[in-house]
Amino acid sequence: MEKENQNNQIHHYDESNTSVVNLTINGNLKQLKVQPWVSLLDAIRDHSNLTGTKKGCDHGQCGACTVLCDGKRILSCLSLAVMKDGSEITTIEGIATDGDLHPLQTAFIEHDAFQCGYCTPGQICSAIGMLQEGKAHTREEVKEQMSGNLCRCGANTNIIDAIMEVKEKTL
Amino acid sequence: MNNFTYKKVETINEAVQEISKNKKANFIAGGTNLIDLWKYDLAHPESLIDINSVSTMKQIKVLESGGLSLGALVTNSDTAYDAIVSTKYPLLSRAILAGASAQIRNSATNGGNLLQRTRCYYFYDKTSPCNKRNPGSGCPAKNGLNRMHAILGTSENCIAVFPSDMCIALAALDATVNVSGPNGDRKIAFTDFHRLAGNSPEKDNNLEHDEIITGLTLPNEDFSQYYSYLKLRDRNSYAFALVSVATAMRLEHNKIETIRIALGGVAHKPWRDFEAEQFLEGKEPNRKNFTEAAKMIIKTAKGYGDNDFKIELSVKAIVRNCMMALHPETQRPGAQPSL
Ligand SMILES: Cc1cc2nc3c(=O)[nH]c(=O)nc-3n(C[C@H](O)[C@H](O)[C@H](O)COP(=O)(O)OP(=O)(O)OC[C@H]3O[C@@H](n4cnc5c(N)ncnc54)[C@H](O)[C@@H]3O)c2cc1C
Ligand code: SF4
Ligand code: FES
Ligand code: FES
Repeated sequence: MEKENQNNQIHHYDESNTSVVNLTINGNLKQLKVQPWVSLLDAIRDHSNLTGTKKGCDHGQCGACTVLCDGKRILSCLSLAVMKDGSEITTIEGIATDGDLHPLQTAFIEHDAFQCGYCTPGQICSAIGMLQEGKAHTREEVKEQMSGNLCRCGANTNIIDAIMEVKEKTL
Repeated sequence: MNNFTYKKVETINEAVQEISKNKKANFIAGGTNLIDLWKYDLAHPESLIDINSVSTMKQIKVLESGGLSLGALVTNSDTAYDAIVSTKYPLLSRAILAGASAQIRNSATNGGNLLQRTRCYYFYDKTSPCNKRNPGSGCPAKNGLNRMHAILGTSENCIAVFPSDMCIALAALDATVNVSGPNGDRKIAFTDFHRLAGNSPEKDNNLEHDEIITGLTLPNEDFSQYYSYLKLRDRNSYAFALVSVATAMRLEHNKIETIRIALGGVAHKPWRDFEAEQFLEGKEPNRKNFTEAAKMIIKTAKGYGDNDFKIELSVKAIVRNCMMALHPETQRPGAQPSL
């Protein structure tokens, strides 16, 4: 089957079944040679050396791998890099501007919104996505909209405090 | 985890052609279920056909009939927040927003949601027998851990539940599933799309391997005044339903003109009981009548031990949800402790 497909030139891979995927990560165009089963998360961490984005469960259950893809928060562990060819990805490394922390980063520090810090990059990327979506208005709604990001250290109360502060400031 | 080849397609025809070439090819849309199953070594696609570039499946449009067409590739988020869906079919928005997390809903598509697989623990544990995963090997859930499992329409062979929230609302709204295959297009009524486990628990639904879901149609019916979706689960958010209920209702002179009640978390498919709905029509929308209807719905229910509690819970959830449907303005999706 596979051979027949290759003869028909259906696939655009070289012999080792890799293809070139163009991803603009934090404003930099990366041309990654990846196999089709490489997740977006592994493409970011292992192929682009950006290890800020974390792998918690690798199964969609924790939110640690949250990144922004074309402005929307998604789970990079449940996406394949090849599916995101041509997309713009923002990771935690890309949200500070000219050395100034993003307001959410500052608020997380001020509110003591992390302990081990493992969930933090996902929490912050998720919060940026949530604020852009503009669907959460009350604290209750923010909690609901952030439920896809688990914190094993239990810093949730402070995480929501930090997000609420930024939300109120930017309104 | 196996290796696979990957190809993007641009049109429905091309998608059908590609899938027809290989029994072990799979479409991929959002990827939120298929990639997970592949990582658990439960799905073994030889080739993935990426349908995300099929632009004709990405729209929500009002039809000449006045109904609404929802493209199979529209994300669950975009569907829930769509202006027409949230005003004309708010029950659907509520159900979608009660499912998964914001990140998952941003990737998950309407077509993929219909085809997500059960969350039965034994199905996910590849070292254990399971008739759904490995037909003929047995069903350890029946006499094992079955807290999540079905109480209605079960079979000796499988007591798994279909875990979707969105589909419970689609069942209540009498949606139609639009499908294309090598022999052309066909439409499947929502209640005929998913199957009971019966003697072939490996088949979740009636879609053929070489068919693609192109979209869903919602009939031109107004249930925007009285509706409610109630999801009961182990934690307030980001958990699958133990029992969920979708109610859509229209009243006339304080009597029930039309009512639809669909249950999730209790069967191998979204559960409707037409007899109970007919019983309610023409009656007053009160606790007593809803309780009687709820008892009709669970008449044939059967517990398997850990899930016995679902029988009583279903009655209470149905009654409560029908009462809440009379006051939809008091509901806040997801953000209510009781949801
Ligand atoms: C942690 C977690 C929690 C979740 N919680 C919930 C919840 O509470 N409630 C809920 O309802 N759901 C929940 N989900 C499931 C989620 O809703 C589904 O994974 C999602 O809807 C699947 O859509 P997709 O586009 O990502 O499908 P994919 O993973 O891309 O595909 C799923 C299947 O459908 C097939 N397919 C996809 N599109 C088509 C098409 N157009 N035609 C034919 N075949 C197609 C694929 O081949 C595959 O077999 C959860 C998921 C996760 C990971
Ligand atoms: S309930 Fe169904 S899915 Fe679960 S173990 Fe039994 S056969 Fe498998
Ligand atoms: S690593 Fe992606 S959700 Fe846990
Ligand atoms: S700070 Fe440790 S997991 Fe959240």
